[in-house]
Amino acid sequence: MELLEIKELSKNFGNIKVIDKVSLTVEKGSVVGLVGDNGAGKSTLMKIITGIHKPCSGSVLLEGQNITSITTSKIRLLGIEMIYQDLALARQQDISSNIFLGREPVKKIFGINLGLVDKKKMDEDSIKIIKDLGANVPSVKYQAGLLSGGQQQTIAIARALTFSPKLVIMDEPTAALAVKEVQHVLDLILKLKSDGISVILISHRLNDIFDVSDRIIVLRQGQIVAEKIKTETSMNQIVSYIVGAE
Amino acid sequence: MSLLSPYFLSISNFLNILLATSVIGICAIGSTFVISSAGLDLSVGSVMGLAGVAGAVVMTQFELNWVFGILACIIAGGVAGFFNGLLVTRAQIPAFIVTLGMLGVARGAALLLCDGKPIYGLSNGFLFLGQGRPFGIPFPVIIFIVVALVTHYILSYTKFGKHTLVIGDNQIAAVAMGININRHKVQLYALSGGLAGLAGMIFTSRVNAGDPTAGLNYELTAITAAIIGGTNLFGGKGSIIGTFIGALIMGVLQNGLNLLAVQSYYQRMAIGAVLILAVWFDQINRKNS
Repeated sequence: MELLEIKELSKNFGNIKVIDKVSLTVEKGSVVGLVGDNGAGKSTLMKIITGIHKPCSGSVLLEGQNITSITTSKIRLLGIEMIYQDLALARQQDISSNIFLGREPVKKIFGINLGLVDKKKMDEDSIKIIKDLGANVPSVKYQAGLLSGGQQQTIAIARALTFSPKLVIMDEPTAALAVKEVQHVLDLILKLKSDGISVILISHRLNDIFDVSDRIIVLRQGQIVAEKIKTETSMNQIVSYIVGAE
Repeated sequence: MSLLSPYFLSISNFLNILLATSVIGICAIGSTFVISSAGLDLSVGSVMGLAGVAGAVVMTQFELNWVFGILACIIAGGVAGFFNGLLVTRAQIPAFIVTLGMLGVARGAALLLCDGKPIYGLSNGFLFLGQGRPFGIPFPVIIFIVVALVTHYILSYTKFGKHTLVIGDNQIAAVAMGININRHKVQLYALSGGLAGLAGMIFTSRVNAGDPTAGLNYELTAITAAIIGGTNLFGGKGSIIGTFIGALIMGVLQNGLNLLAVQSYYQRMAIGAVLILAVWFDQINRKNS
């Protein structure tokens, strides 16, 4: 079944065509690898899906519902989460504030909603989520900026998984990680897949893409130039699509 | 300080310091919100002057009740702040320029409203706000403490406060997580303006006149108090308790210099120097960590 369907999406920044009539689908519980050279339009395409950029034309459907023109926070509620290359963490805030960023649980006082954040619930839930991920952080009251790269990545992933998403988009999740930490992230992607969550993985590391993807899509100059089942292609073939040799 | 002047450590002097700090402290609280969202409001002093004159005009020329005088002060300040926010978010003009411009516009508007002359003859109900002493405590001190408690709750424990810090910490993250940063910033500048209006109301009541030159250079003291109180000049960190203490330090500094009969020109130099020193120490701290 198709979870996400993108139809004829185009986006210009001024005169520059960044995305040019892109159509693609993501099935439920599948991992799609998205590759392409720098400036091919991968990040922009993903930011359109999450609602940060609005497309010039075309549409994005989630389970048949048109989500093209709704806001980022509503799209998150509908179940699309994105983990950004720079992780989008607020470094001076503590870990649990980052995990619940933008969706802090609120407690009522005498039945009145005063916008009071339920910090205790945030801390408790954060500890549980981090434990479920098999990760290790000193305390959820630590400032996010004091953590190592791998730990920060874990926080970003934990944030994406908190509200049981249907689709998680990861933009270069392994780029800044030590070798040992890379395998942990790849294992996590496979765990998501086995839980029925779809993943779009953007990466320059073709090893990672071939490790976990079912399907590989190559983007060049804003257009899809190839779409291959992993088992029917090779790393060399994908590279030649990326650089435009084929 | 108490070695130099026997009056320094008395309760009545402490209340004096709190009273003298209340106007600037309330402005500094507004600055804390704006600065911890990585913004800046240079217009608080002028907006305070405009608000005080607006309140006086409403009560004397329109002959309305003092309740409307209070409302006029706060609304005038809030509207000025609202325009600051709109210009920063919709027109994408840097906050430094917008609020510097508003500093001029609001001061000019204040002078225009009263034709350059202070407005006298305010009602007794209004004068109580600045001069009344229920239970022996100056009313401005009560207002200051209540405002500090409420805003402390907002900044440290509510979604609004958390989002303020997140916007200052990493604006891109705030957008990515679906926080409506434009609306939030407009609210922050309106809050800063509204608090400046409240400060203008207290000042007007204390001096018994709508003075168009009220709040001159107050932005300097307000920003200094917020920075001394630990607000990160580049956003992401700030606390009202810190600012409260920062404002008290500024109050003690001025009060101490007054008790020692130091010329007021030196006081201005001292405040400016304290701001530079506070930011300098903060930078050194940042480099070391």
